Amino acid sequence: MSAGGHVHDVTESQTGSELVPLLVLAVAAVLAAAYLSAVARTRWRGEWPASRSACWVAGLIAAVLALFGPLGDAAHADFAAHMASHVLLGMLAPLLLVRAAPVTLALRALDPVPARRLARLLGCPPVRFVAHPGPATVLTIGGMWLLYATPLYSAMHDSAMHDSAMHDSAMHADPLVAALVNAHIFLAGYLFTASIVGVDPIAHRPSYVTRSAWLIVAFAGHGILAKYLYAAPPVGVPADRAEAGALVMYYGGDAVELAILVLLCARWYAATRPRERRSAGTALPAPVR
Amino acid sequence: MTGPMDDAPTPARNRRNVLSGVLFGIGVAAFIDEVVFHQLLHWHHFYDRSTTAAGLVSDGILHAFGWFATVAGLFLLADLARRRLVRWDRWTGAVLVGAGAFQLYDGIVHHKLLELHQVRYGVDLLPYDLAWQGAGLAVLLGGIVVLVLSGRRARAARRGDRPLG
Repeated sequence: MSAGGHVHDVTESQTGSELVPLLVLAVAAVLAAAYLSAVARTRWRGEWPASRSACWVAGLIAAVLALFGPLGDAAHADFAAHMASHVLLGMLAPLLLVRAAPVTLALRALDPVPARRLARLLGCPPVRFVAHPGPATVLTIGGMWLLYATPLYSAMHDSAMHDSAMHDSAMHADPLVAALVNAHIFLAGYLFTASIVGVDPIAHRPSYVTRSAWLIVAFAGHGILAKYLYAAPPVGVPADRAEAGALVMYYGGDAVELAILVLLCARWYAATRPRERRSAGTALPAPVR
Repeated sequence: MTGPMDDAPTPARNRRNVLSGVLFGIGVAAFIDEVVFHQLLHWHHFYDRSTTAAGLVSDGILHAFGWFATVAGLFLLADLARRRLVRWDRWTGAVLVGAGAFQLYDGIVHHKLLELHQVRYGVDLLPYDLAWQGAGLAVLLGGIVVLVLSGRRARAARRGDRPLG
């Protein structure tokens, strides 16, 4: 996926690695356009907070920047850059997108029949299962342990580096594996964030205590993995880069998880507002439905 | 957690004050450990190569819980404040209990039992360990004293002023 041509594999994977960015850029552009046009089309149903639209666009930009451009390119060759892109793609972008309430907007914008279908899909048992913080935590944190603590990481950044350690594109990606891993990091991150601080309607939202407990588990699992990688680098990552990457993962993860924590507590604070004041007119933010 | 506290009886109000204080105390102690000893003094390190798996897990959970405790403790306090239910004596006592308990746990379990890392490296450890554990114990005991005294005072006040109970 790096921009420079590399003499050693100007074949299948090269074509693939040029197609993927185009594809992702196209998807991101379509998603941004769909969201903004839905907001415009449903304006008559009431104000849609501009902050949500801003979150949506910012989240898409964060995801694209994580994969392409200077950071995305550096991520193939450097573990610290890879970790920065991982925090961006798997944590910050999902948080921004979740706070944009895309499902609420879709239910508002769709015709009654597809809207009901979407609502039914979201309420079906498999979706409810993975949308629970427990399974979502296992998917995102477990997936990361699988990626970094097994040879999967070196499959993502193929074996070229072993024979040409000095080559600057040593960690050139196998596009298919890399795309699947990135998709998993992003989707699992979205699922987890939505299960903790989602604003979209779901069938049954677990209690604040349950959500807090899973957030702590995920927070801890992320930090423990970062410290583990500090000492035991993934296959093919030099020790000093592993240390730098672990620090990025640890403190970058802290920052995003702290934001999620504050959002969760703030929601509790709003939900437990004393009754007298609620009836006195300082209304809760209007539920968008 | 979400039950209405508006006309809460005094014990529930006390418990909420203590919960908020203990959480915030744990968070403050964890925060001081991170900022002062890791970032400013550099006595502690991000990772000590002798760390065991159990130590790594315990450290990770405590780090995550420390952040949670800070934020949740403050939101609980804000909730008490908007209901005018804060009792600063109990809250302060609970903060000391939380901070002291964290310091002792960190000192005894992390530094000594799991040998996660030491207070400082390249020095005679004994005075540092004594100071670390002693400080934790002193803060914990101080907090317990404050809690006991404030509880006694509250009970005395209630006896003299029944309708509030």
